[in-house]
Amino acid sequence: MSVDAATVRRIAHLARIAVGDDEVPHLQGELNAMLAFVEQLSEVNVEGVEPMTSVTPMQMKKRPDVVNDGEIADDIVANAPATEGHFFLVPKVVE
Amino acid sequence: MTDLTSLTLAEARKGLAQKSFTSLELTDAHLSAIEAARVLNAFVLETPEQARAMARAADGKIASGEGGPLAGIPLGIKDLFATRGVRTTACSKILGNFVPTYESTVTSQLWRDGAVMLGKLNNDEFAMGSSNETSCFGPVGNPWRREGSNATLVPGGSSGGSASAVAALLCMGATATDTGGSIRQPAAFTATVGIKPTYGRCSRWGIVAFASSLDQAGPIARSVRDAAMLLRSMAGHDPKDTTSVDIAVPDYEAAIGRSVKGMKIGIPREYRLDGMPAEIEKLWSEGAAWLEAAGAELVEVSLPHTKYALPAYYIVAPAEASSNLARYDGVRYGLREQGRNIIEMYENTRAEGFGAEVKRRVMIGTYVLSAGYYDAYYLRAQKVRTLIKKDFEDCFAKGVNAILTPATPSAAFGIGEKGGADPVEMYLNDIFTVTVNMAGLPGIAVPAGKDAQGLPLGLQLIGRPFDEETLFSLGEVIEEAAGRFTPVRWW
Repeated sequence: MSVDAATVRRIAHLARIAVGDDEVPHLQGELNAMLAFVEQLSEVNVEGVEPMTSVTPMQMKKRPDVVNDGEIADDIVANAPATEGHFFLVPKVVE
Repeated sequence: MTDLTSLTLAEARKGLAQKSFTSLELTDAHLSAIEAARVLNAFVLETPEQARAMARAADGKIASGEGGPLAGIPLGIKDLFATRGVRTTACSKILGNFVPTYESTVTSQLWRDGAVMLGKLNNDEFAMGSSNETSCFGPVGNPWRREGSNATLVPGGSSGGSASAVAALLCMGATATDTGGSIRQPAAFTATVGIKPTYGRCSRWGIVAFASSLDQAGPIARSVRDAAMLLRSMAGHDPKDTTSVDIAVPDYEAAIGRSVKGMKIGIPREYRLDGMPAEIEKLWSEGAAWLEAAGAELVEVSLPHTKYALPAYYIVAPAEASSNLARYDGVRYGLREQGRNIIEMYENTRAEGFGAEVKRRVMIGTYVLSAGYYDAYYLRAQKVRTLIKKDFEDCFAKGVNAILTPATPSAAFGIGEKGGADPVEMYLNDIFTVTVNMAGLPGIAVPAGKDAQGLPLGLQLIGRPFDEETLFSLGEVIEEAAGRFTPVRWW
């Protein structure tokens, strides 16, 4: 499989990465080189094989449903580019 | 007094215990070495004041007999580990001046045991690369150069700063991480020892995530014993990482010098590649002969799905990366670029903040997870991954204790030499290491010889899950036979 220019733009938008028209041909070439490389997986017989979900056999760990962290709002917003009090500031989302 | 930076970690521990020198003296010697080696670009942040404060504290504890196992030992920390109050960037513009308000579990255990932080080490952006050329701080120089050449070579990646700093005697050991070979390949390129432990051995909490089902932390050091000492402190169960395994951490150092007599060493025929340089082939046979001479038994084994590990990796790793890196949106931390609306703000931030390799991988990952392609790519790759793991399980079920392979298909190459036209050319560096991440196994790279141009080459040993001890025992046999390799100082 290979991707065309329109697909490159669609993927870029899904990935939330702005891509200029001048960058599309180059990205298309690179993505297609990667897709050509992974194409060889189609020759593997995976009939009846379970997809891997955990590389080490382990039971999903559970912990008591209690509050064990928090009250660190200052820490949470400490690195934010724009804040007001303990809120993150973003451009207007709802009209 | 001999140059304190040339001591191994084990020798420094002895010297500190015998009061031959203080941690402050040891730390100052390394800080001077770092200053004199800035041309290597191994450190992206030096923290001399913090280092001296930690060294003084260690000296106090050593004096009162309360020094931990790493008391007073100066280390470098890969910039992927969150360090409280010390800028942590993953060498990406998108994290900008991120200063964590918390400490990664692995580094907190090193400080608990008395180690001293010299600073943060360069790496490929978000650990995506095999040459340390994708860092937003620029490439790292390898202390090794070809005989008769002044060309600067790459130290490998993604833990290039870690490997370069350890090889150049700028720190006694370093933390590193390995998703497809990022500890073992740079170790092989710099004649240092690097171990990627079993998945789950070290906590991933507080380490900038790349591909969560593959990422593991481990040390790079100048000897097998030093690596064992560091891993003992770094490893251990952490309730904050649900994939961290709750089993006791052995005294890895005790495994060094243990007899390897009667151990079965697998030599996988699929690792004999067409066009592999003759000197790598020769090194591999030599390594096998050394283990045999120490009493191990060599057996040819087959890992039939080996050739599919790298293509499967280039689906699984970018898929997980595209998900992990979704958090860099310009809202909660790091860089923000303005846009006319919030979507444009996200898109502009990520376009400006991510480098070319990261964008490429995030986009591939987005594509293979997108509607209509998930089954053909991601699901198939995870099935292939099951088969790769089964290859190893079958091999270990036949009584094989460890598998010996070359660490890399070549020695270090020049800056700008690879991957310019086709990204896959760079990816092939990890062909011998990536299988180990896909199967979650431990792997160690040990320096074993030099090529015709005088560049170091390494061998890799792959172990059973949670049997890092066998790797340390076997690794030391190779180290003893091959000897140590030190670069000639040019910086």
